[in-house]
Amino acid sequence: MTEAAATATGGQFTETILYVDGVNVSFDGFRALNDLSLVLEPGEMRAVIGPNGAGKTTMMDVITGKTRPDTGKVVFGKDTDLTRLDEPAIAALGIGRKFQKPTVFEPHTVWDNLLLALAGDRRPRFALWARETAEERDRIEDILKTIRLADVRHRVAGGLSHGQKQWLEIGMLLAQEPQLLLVDEPVAGMTDAETEQTAELLRDINRTRSVVVVEHDMAFVRALGVKVTVLHEGHVLSEGSIDHVSNDPKVVEVYLGR
Amino acid sequence: MRRISVLLLFVLLALVQPAFAQSAEEAYGLLGSGNFDQVRRGVETLAASGDARAATIIAALQNGKLFAATADHALYIKQDDGSFAAAATGKPAPDIAAGAVKPVRVNNAIRSAMDAALGALRLMAPDPATRAAAAEAVFHSHEPAALPALAKALAHETDPDVKLKLQQAQAAALLSSPDASEADRLAAVAVLADRGDQDSRSLLDGLSGQPPSVAQAAAAAIASIDRSLALWGILQSVYYGLSLGSVLLLAAAGLAITFGVMGVINMAHGEMVMIGAYTTFVVQQIIRASAPGLFGASLLIAVPMAFIVAGALGILIERSLIRWLYGRPLETLLATWGLSLVLQQVVRTIFGANNQDVGTPGWMGGSTMLGGITLTWNRNYIIIFAVLVLFALMAALRFTSLGLRMRAVTQNRRMAAAMGIRTPWIDALTFGLGSGVAGMAGVALSQIDNVSPNLGQSYIIDSFMVVVFGGVGNLWGTAVSALTLGIVNKFLEPVAGAVLGKIVVLVLLILFIQRKPRGLFPLKGRAVET
Amino acid sequence: MSRLSATLTILLVLGGAGLLAALNLLTTPASQFHVPVYVISLVGKYLCYAMLALAVDMVWGFAGILSLGHAAFFALGGYAMGMYLMREIGARGVYGNPLLPDFMVFLGWKQLPWYWQGMDHFAVAMLMVMLVPGLLALVFGWLAFRSRVTGVYLSIITQALTYALLLAFFRNDMGFGGNNGMTDFKDLLGIPLQAENTRVGLLLATAVFLCAQFLIARYVVTSRFGKVLIAVRDAESRTRFLGYRPENYKLFVFVLSAVMAGIGGALYVPQVGIINPSEFAPANSIEAVIWVAVGGRGTLVGAILGAVLVNLGKTYFTGALPELWLFALGGLFIFVTLLLPKGVIGLFAARRPRAKSEASVSAAQEIAG
Repeated sequence: MTEAAATATGGQFTETILYVDGVNVSFDGFRALNDLSLVLEPGEMRAVIGPNGAGKTTMMDVITGKTRPDTGKVVFGKDTDLTRLDEPAIAALGIGRKFQKPTVFEPHTVWDNLLLALAGDRRPRFALWARETAEERDRIEDILKTIRLADVRHRVAGGLSHGQKQWLEIGMLLAQEPQLLLVDEPVAGMTDAETEQTAELLRDINRTRSVVVVEHDMAFVRALGVKVTVLHEGHVLSEGSIDHVSNDPKVVEVYLGR
Repeated sequence: MRRISVLLLFVLLALVQPAFAQSAEEAYGLLGSGNFDQVRRGVETLAASGDARAATIIAALQNGKLFAATADHALYIKQDDGSFAAAATGKPAPDIAAGAVKPVRVNNAIRSAMDAALGALRLMAPDPATRAAAAEAVFHSHEPAALPALAKALAHETDPDVKLKLQQAQAAALLSSPDASEADRLAAVAVLADRGDQDSRSLLDGLSGQPPSVAQAAAAAIASIDRSLALWGILQSVYYGLSLGSVLLLAAAGLAITFGVMGVINMAHGEMVMIGAYTTFVVQQIIRASAPGLFGASLLIAVPMAFIVAGALGILIERSLIRWLYGRPLETLLATWGLSLVLQQVVRTIFGANNQDVGTPGWMGGSTMLGGITLTWNRNYIIIFAVLVLFALMAALRFTSLGLRMRAVTQNRRMAAAMGIRTPWIDALTFGLGSGVAGMAGVALSQIDNVSPNLGQSYIIDSFMVVVFGGVGNLWGTAVSALTLGIVNKFLEPVAGAVLGKIVVLVLLILFIQRKPRGLFPLKGRAVET
Repeated sequence: MSRLSATLTILLVLGGAGLLAALNLLTTPASQFHVPVYVISLVGKYLCYAMLALAVDMVWGFAGILSLGHAAFFALGGYAMGMYLMREIGARGVYGNPLLPDFMVFLGWKQLPWYWQGMDHFAVAMLMVMLVPGLLALVFGWLAFRSRVTGVYLSIITQALTYALLLAFFRNDMGFGGNNGMTDFKDLLGIPLQAENTRVGLLLATAVFLCAQFLIARYVVTSRFGKVLIAVRDAESRTRFLGYRPENYKLFVFVLSAVMAGIGGALYVPQVGIINPSEFAPANSIEAVIWVAVGGRGTLVGAILGAVLVNLGKTYFTGALPELWLFALGGLFIFVTLLLPKGVIGLFAARRPRAKSEASVSAAQEIAG
């Protein structure tokens, strides 16, 4: 348990890591997000579920600066307004994002992928003269161990299996050392064993960082055992433990179409 | 109706004839006198006499063919064969020897009197068009000597258009006459101000020695003419802009399909236009050789032919080249550029590098006036053609089953395939449609541009600019952007010159695309992001 | 790119140029080994084109920016050099005006435009050779990359840029000689340009500059900067979420590449003896892209190889079968994009990875066994 989480559980509800309030986004009349509100405490892991078109990816886009909301507030940490910042600025603040489709830099080796993701100076003039330091090497080795890709460190990322790419991307996320991770469908297309390992990995990460996981796989969400937010038509439909939401009649109606 | 009025005129002229017979005689005497001043008065008298031979005699004098006998000053006209004829009757006078006559000499005063006199005579001509032209001629010469003739013509004139022209001519002549009254002059200025064109303006501007009130009225009239000329000038620029815009629209409409709808960068698009133009040339050659009577319809025949030829070529290109490159836009760009070089060289090999002469049917020539702007028929037809092509294209996309399938494939290829649409075939047809439209554009361009193998290259950058500026995938956007670019270009031209104007437009466009990369009318939503 | 292929490239360029120079200077015209001076200038021209190709490969091969206007930077560098060479003519022009170039006298100009001031100093002119293309690239790139104009849109506006420059340089009142451009150069730093030794010297200088550019380009693309650049090329938005600003990376490489192209243009002008607006024609820029594609995009070595190969072909075709050249060039575009996406270098490289993968398979078997 981190300190921040401890204070939150201690009843002093003064600090949040992510505060989303009344966000609306529409594309040509289609309302992708409809008055969406969400609060994440430091150190929390949250699972977000919902049918297709519920606005999960758009929510991620808004938080990471890819999409600007029409109205609403998105605050990171104490008082950083994310709606005014672009993607690199938000990434530099410490918000990392893993995409639904794994996007790693295919022509680069696993090692280089992690090297590029390592927290540090992002300016061209630094990159032009940068030499790999011993410290960087140690950190990459650590991450390689965590994501179980140490054996393929010199392989080109394009040649990895689907699951390996997913892990590499999570590893790149770790290398960024973010305070908050947004993870979009991390176990899509994984075998059962891989899914289990991924859940373990996420719980591991959650020890030091806040995490938002978007997922379809209910077994996986249940395995994570965290608070669940159900989105529907761009709006929060229900929130609570997995048992609570799966018994919520509104959720049942949406999922079963009754 | 006209025949009756002409008849009436002749009757009238016949009635007045005897009264003037005396003055005609007098005029003959003056013309034969050998004194410049008297000859000039002779010309004026003859013109005013209404003598039937007046026009012939004055024309002869103008051409240096009027001779006077040294003995009795009788007048003769030298015929083309060198013999002489009596001026008063036109009967041959074989007994007159070349030594017995000498030419009637003229000076500048006589020349301008002759011009005015001939104009005055034509003012009474039976054909209204001739009368109107004569009135215009007097307006331009504004010779005060024509005033009596004008007054007479005005008295007989029944055609309102000609009458107006006569009044304008009268006003012009009045202002130049030394002895018109101030009231007449003011009225004349008002008539010129109403006419309101460049000629009236320069006439008013050139006035001198007028009474102060007239000079003042003239200055006010000039100002008002300037305002209305400026307005017409703007409208004329808009018209030229529309004309250029319609050309751009034609060139870009096909691209709006292949690039806008399919996302294929076809750098050989200009060559499709060029091939359409060459199809027109070939159609005309065949018509000239086998059925010259059909030449007037050659463009109407060329339009579907160009569509078919360019469309078929488009389908061939899509099946053999483009389809291997879907999803690789930069490679498509390079390959189609290569294709454009090959197509140019093929045409150059077959037809030669020189410009080909594509004829213009009679109905496309000439021009008409609308208020103060000149509309040329070839421009008008191209504007109409562009609008028709645009609407046909929109209708084809919206209402035909092919259009429905095209939209389905472009919106969601996999879903369309799952619903049983043969997507490769639709791709080929869509590309063929875009190319065919480019071919039709070539028919229109063959009328206003040089038909050479390089025809297409000059349009390709402009066409892409039009599509990108309008917003990709939006035919209305393409139309608005083509017309906007056309009009902006034509307004910049007088200020900056043609080349600099084009540079300015290009630079503005570059800046615009950098501000709004998705064009004027962007498509929004998630589909765009992918 | 291996150290070996880089070393080989440099040896080939310097060695080739050196050999030609030696064969020109050390043999008599009667000797069968003699290399005539026109060959020297021709090869010098190819090497200048290779610099342009290298510049295109840096932005296209490594940053994914397909510039269809790179010849504009080449031409701008050439014009800067041309201005210096014009001033060097001095009073030896047809009109004998010590200050004004002939075309200005012809147009009835009374004084030198401000932007011609100082161009009689070699150092100033050389600064302009780099500064003018660099500044244009900076302004254009800053606008384009910041607004996230990418892909074919970027290609089309780069083409429009060079087209606008083409139209502008055709104008007499721009003060760059209009349609005819600048020619009849006499000497460079006081050395007569027509002399054979000068030609040989220019070839050697071009070879040295090409190698230097190659090494700089190689350093850039193999540095961490280059890795980011490749990441930007393949997954631009992903790099943003990692906290990189792709626009800054693209801008740097775009400006660097424009400067490289400008230097190429500056070396080109004294060797061909003329610079005119046709150098801005969009077709030239696209041709430069095809050199890179033929050699192999994203390899640097391929760019040099492609430029030399295609231009050798062009020299041959335009001499022997002029009417077939456009067929050949057009066909080359289609052939390379459809059937040879990795270029000539790809043909060699295709063998090696197979060997490598066989090796890794046997290694895997070893581990399994």
